[in-house]
Amino acid sequence: MTVKAWLEMAVHDAERRGLPELKPLLEALAKSTSALRTAEWNADATGELQFPRRNER
Amino acid sequence: MSAEPHTIAQLARALESRQTTSETVVDRCLRRIADRNGTLNAFITVFEDTAREQAREADREIAAGRYRGPLHGVPISLKDLFDVRGSATTAASRVRQEHVAEADAPSVTALREAGAVIIGKTNLHEFAFGTTNEDSAYGPARHPLDANRSPGGSSGGSAASVADGMCFASMGTDTGGSIRIPSAVCGLVGLKPAVGELSTDGVVPLSATLDHIGPLCRSVEDAAIVYDALRGNPRAAGKAIDPRALKLGVPRDYFLALLDPQVSSTFESACERLRAAGAALQDVAIPHARDVAAIYLHIVLAEAAAYHANTLERRPDDYTPNVRMRLEMGRYVLAEDYVRAMRGREMIRCEVDAALEGLDALLLPSVPIPAPKIGTPTVKIAGSEEPVRNVMLRCTQAFNVSGHPAISVPCGATIDGLPVGGQLVGRAADTAGLLRVAAAVEVYLGPGTSR
Repeated sequence: MTVKAWLEMAVHDAERRGLPELKPLLEALAKSTSALRTAEWNADATGELQFPRRNER
Repeated sequence: MSAEPHTIAQLARALESRQTTSETVVDRCLRRIADRNGTLNAFITVFEDTAREQAREADREIAAGRYRGPLHGVPISLKDLFDVRGSATTAASRVRQEHVAEADAPSVTALREAGAVIIGKTNLHEFAFGTTNEDSAYGPARHPLDANRSPGGSSGGSAASVADGMCFASMGTDTGGSIRIPSAVCGLVGLKPAVGELSTDGVVPLSATLDHIGPLCRSVEDAAIVYDALRGNPRAAGKAIDPRALKLGVPRDYFLALLDPQVSSTFESACERLRAAGAALQDVAIPHARDVAAIYLHIVLAEAAAYHANTLERRPDDYTPNVRMRLEMGRYVLAEDYVRAMRGREMIRCEVDAALEGLDALLLPSVPIPAPKIGTPTVKIAGSEEPVRNVMLRCTQAFNVSGHPAISVPCGATIDGLPVGGQLVGRAADTAGLLRVAAAVEVYLGPGTSR
């Protein structure tokens, strides 16, 4: 699920549950999740990225 | 004694030599609580009768030659997350008002075995989920130097109780900085030991893999005394080392990039004093420090939400509104993002290890701002408006993520007299080594307002 789709779903669900005040918190969380997902150290199924590199310790 | 003991170490000498009694000291602390708790709201529960009883028992044992060590007869408070048999562990929440603990937490048992007098349970940010202590079912705890300010959090009542002379130390918890933050802004020493070193059993969790327990005290020596008691290993922390032999790393990027100007100048002055004392300071890097906040957030939210989900469904209105919303936010974190964060955590751990290579400790500010005014959601810093919570966690949460031991030590004050803390981070799993470094630099970092 993309962050955009997740945010739409989460905001919709929060409103359905009567928690509209969650929206700004979810928007802030979405920004943080985007940062997490685009970080260079994320796992890569091709095996091309090896991070953290052990020889850097 | 010409002056009343200020630290546990001083009090221990007076108690062991019978220049004073535990009953006298506990009575003085109880009177201080009676005088000041209405203003500071530091305590949720005061164990007046049992504390007096424990004090008299300590005096009897010491008089009979059965001195247990430096905590014997010393009054200590507990953040109201620690189980004490027969009393409520409220977590500062209406959710737990009917709770009664069936047994002492192992850490409380260790303190009792060392002879400590448990004087009461302190106020906190509800379920430890905040840095200001404003969201509590019992109302906010307040700063001893300015009741319009926060004592920090989440162990805010603990810090206020020690800083205001209501007890000699307090046990707190630290998930992102909740021991070090209130210690720093109240002018105390706050120790977060290495991850997994001290049992968190019998302590209400916030985030199972990030939670730590530790003491808030008036000196590094006192922190070592409480740490030793919790480890069941008296005097293991050892003596300070020569400051001229110290090598300290300062992680300037990120950690020193967003500081209140007075915190910055106070910290830099402390660094100069250390250099003048002969310590070697060098800049070091934690290359992905900027990713720490996102890593921390996805771990703490998911783990806290897992603990609270059932109760949020049944008793949502028994939480304070802000804490309820943060917990609800955690219920939307996806599993893949939690796993990403845990991978990032391992990377940060490796990077902190690398930064410490060849050094005794890292040195950085504990909190980028002095104690904030109560009710202030944001703070203007370096030209931008930032959430107080994010700013207060900025320098501490990395070491919950990495698990390295860390300690906040007073390093001066603003022109208004508000304390500023310097943070030392030790090598992995070496809390005793960190305490030796902290003891060596304490006199050069300080003085804080507490001494």
